[in-house]
Parts: sequence; C-alpha cells; structure tokens
Amino acid sequence: MRFMFIVKSAHSGPPTSELMAAMHKLADREIKAGRMLESGGLMPLATGAQVRLAGGKLGVTDGPFVEAKEVIGGYAIFELPGKEEALASAKEFMQLHKDLMPGWEGVCELRAFASPGP
Amino acid sequence: MTAVDAHRAILAVWRIEQPRLITSLARMLRDVPLAEDLTQEALLAALERWPATGVPKRPGAWLMATAKHRALDHLRRDRMLARKHEIVAWDMEAEQQTMPDLDSALDDDIGDELLRLIFTACHPRLSREARAALALRMICGLTTEEIARAFLLPDATIAQRIVRAKRTLSESGLAYETPRGEEVSERLSSVLEVVYLIFNEGYTAARGEDWLRPQLCNEALRLGRVLTAIAPHEPEAHGLLALMELNASRTAARTDAAGEPILILDQNRALWDQLQIRRGMQALGRARELGGAGGFYVLQAAIIACHAQAETAGDTDWSRIAGFYAELAAVVRSPIVELNRAVAVGMAEGPQAALSIVDRLMGEPALEGYHLLPSVRGDLLHKLGRYEEARAAFEAAAALAGNKREHDMLRRRAAAAADAALSS
Repeated sequence: MRFMFIVKSAHSGPPTSELMAAMHKLADREIKAGRMLESGGLMPLATGAQVRLAGGKLGVTDGPFVEAKEVIGGYAIFELPGKEEALASAKEFMQLHKDLMPGWEGVCELRAFASPGP
Repeated sequence: MTAVDAHRAILAVWRIEQPRLITSLARMLRDVPLAEDLTQEALLAALERWPATGVPKRPGAWLMATAKHRALDHLRRDRMLARKHEIVAWDMEAEQQTMPDLDSALDDDIGDELLRLIFTACHPRLSREARAALALRMICGLTTEEIARAFLLPDATIAQRIVRAKRTLSESGLAYETPRGEEVSERLSSVLEVVYLIFNEGYTAARGEDWLRPQLCNEALRLGRVLTAIAPHEPEAHGLLALMELNASRTAARTDAAGEPILILDQNRALWDQLQIRRGMQALGRARELGGAGGFYVLQAAIIACHAQAETAGDTDWSRIAGFYAELAAVVRSPIVELNRAVAVGMAEGPQAALSIVDRLMGEPALEGYHLLPSVRGDLLHKLGRYEEARAAFEAAAALAGNKREHDMLRRRAAAAADAALSS
C-alpha cells in the first residue's frame, strides 16, 4: 500500500541541526530499505500562494496567510505492506522530533493512496 | 487492542528493524545464518513481552539489545569457540555497558552490510527456491508461515528449506563473505533472478484472495529498490526494477470484476498507474545511461515500456517491440522469446511474416507441449483466412493448456474457426 505522510506544525522555525541530521539518516535508511519513494520539505508560507474558488469566483492570495494555524512542513511517500507498518514508521519519525527538538509539537498525518499499489 | 492487532503491530515494527538487526549482528558474529537465528529469537521475545508491556518507545533499540544479549549467551554457551569469538564477546560486553540509543542505531551504514546479507541469502550455491525463501525471511522480515502462505506450500516445507539453506551456507564456509569488484556483477545475476522469481510468483496469481500473494510483488519491488540504492552502478538492477515497476503498473487493469484476466491490448489504460510507470521509465533511463541497453532485464523492460507509453492499444509501436525481441533472442537464445518476437512481427508486418517464424519453431523440442505455440499459430492462420488449419491448431493448443480458463478460451476460438471455415 502506498501512503503519504504529511507533517504539520505550528512551528515556523527550521529544525535543529541534530534533528536535520537524524532525519537525513532515517530517510537514507528508508530509501535503502526500498520503502520511501519520495520526500521533500516545504519552504515557509511566504513563498507560497493560494488559489481559491468561492462563490463562483477565483481569487489568489499570496503567502504568508494569517489564518494558517498549522503549516505543512514536509511530506513523504512510502510503499508499505499496510497501515501497521505506516504507523510504526510515523512513530519512529515523530520520536526523533521528541528526542532532538524539545518543545516541538506537530502532527504526522498518514493517508493511504486511493489507487491501489501493485 | 486485540491480540491479533498487537501481533500485527509487532510484526510491522519487526519488518522495519530486522535488516539492521541482522546486519549488525552478522558483522559482530561474522556469521549471517547465526545472526538470523538470533534476531528471530529477539522477535519471539518481543511477541512474548510486548503484548503485556506495550511496544517500547524505541522498539529498534529494544530488539537490538535483546538480540545482542542472545548473541552473548550464545557465545558463552559454546565452549568450542575460536579466539575471534572471544574478542567479539569482549567488544559486546563493553558495548552492553551502555544501552544502544536510537542515534547510534541510525549511525550504522546499512548499505554494504545489506548488500552482503542479500548476496549471502541469494548465494548461487543455493537452489532458486531456497534463495527466495531466505531472501523473504532475512531481508523482507516475512515469517516462515507468511512465506509458506505466499507460495501456497506447507509451513514445514518452507521451514525445512530455510534450515537446509542456512546449513549449506554454514558448512560451505559461506556464512560471511563479501564479493568485491567484478564478482559483484557476477553474483548480482543470482540475486536478480531470485527477486524476479518472487515478483512473478506474486504477479502470475491472477487474483489476490490471499493478500500475501500480491504482497510478494511488493516485496520484490522493494528488493529492487534496495538493490538500485545500494548497487547504483549496476544497469541490470535498474533494468529489473524498471521491468517490475512497469509490469506492476497494470495491476488494477489486469482482471475484470469476476477475476478473469484481461489481456494487455484489451485493458483500460486509464487504470494503469502513471506514477509507477514514471518510476519504471526513470529506472529504464538510468539503466541505459549506465550502458546497459542490451541487458536481459533492460530489454524486457524496454518491451513493456513500449506498451506503457502507447496511449491506446492501436498506438503500440510493434516494430520497435519486434526489434527488442530480436536483441533479446540474441542474449538468451530462447524459443519462447522467438515466439514472442513472432507475435510482435505479426502485429508490425502482418501474419504471413510471423507465421514463417512460428513454423520454424514447430519442431523445437523445448516448445513441445507448450500450448502457446499452437495458440499463436492458430491466431495467425485465422488472420490469413486458413480457417481449417486454424481450427486444428486451436484444438491442439486446447489439449495442451493446463489451466481451465485458457482451455475454454482456446476451445471457443477453435469453434469460431470451424464456423468461419463453413461460411467461407
């Protein structure tokens, strides 16, 4: 099954260098284990924009967006046997944050892809 | 959490941690099969403990510590050990003073050790079946029961296969060795063969009544990604990955609602997984950049890529496919490849050109009893309007077909040819 992991947090600052290094190692391991297909971090809200359709009108808002409480900091795509493996993997990732970036709070949301994998 | 849920959660953690456990222990003990035994013991310990205590915060560190304790016990128990082991035991005693933490667990560079593990599990000295079972167990972290279910075999058969394979490795002094340089490429073919066997075992199961059979495809794909990550300069590793990704991209389109197989030209191409096709094409491109365009797996991937890139069945570039089959035939000299080339030539140049290839194959001993030979011949004869001969060919094919669905389909085609013969 293919999963997307979406990491959200109210923190706007960059991760500590220890956390960066640990995440890099974890990603390297997951790539070499053939589980992680893709991943990426996202730049702060100021670099983005929103295109909204509401009331029959298209509108464009440039970032940063004042109403955003939690921002997506990064994503990854995994191919895993099932949800149990996805949960185990997400917990390991979040444990790194707990250990290496005290005070950080956030969510790693995992969602299965709609089109079934092989 | 039910007991079954807890069990699955533990196995999930296990699958993530297991390759690192084996590689670390193997490096310490200089013995891959022994390392595998000890990591299995750690799994049993987790299955015993965790349902009561919950999964520890750092499950990998827990498993590693447990496995190392078992390794120490093992070394202490065995009085006949060589001095090498004493030194290892010393190192490990020292290491036990501090609980391994997550960071050091991540510090291991898994690449080289994992390659060694894969090469050991897929040693050419072992039968292909034994290699497949060992690879699924040692690298993919599947249990014996899971492997048995996936291959539709009794547990005892797989267990015995694994025990014998490990004994063969130990007794031949192959428990811990590192192929280098030229040898890597040579030995790689024995690995790729096994990965492809695992893939096909899952892929040819038309319907996944048991999730473990399709799961074999996923494990093979994962192994393919592992190989391209740790042996990135081997074109055939990329070629095999491309072949598997491109074949797997059609999974959702391969069967109808009743589970009947749908042939590639009749499939709904909107159901093909474009993300997977893209990954397959990338792997194929990488293989070609590395100079591997003429490789066994790369050529097969190139053929499937022609299908993957055709928007409709009518857009298929058959002469290109026929060209790749001709190259492939030069690499493997297989009459089955030649038969496939005939089909492609038939689509590119018409039935007459194809029939002359097929007729040359008729006396081929390797194809005696192979139902697809008369089946293809019947199809070509039918297209040429030689209906009576087509009928006879389909009848012959039906008599050889082992599978009921195919048998029925060939009988229908024979009947259609007979009708056409009457009305012509």
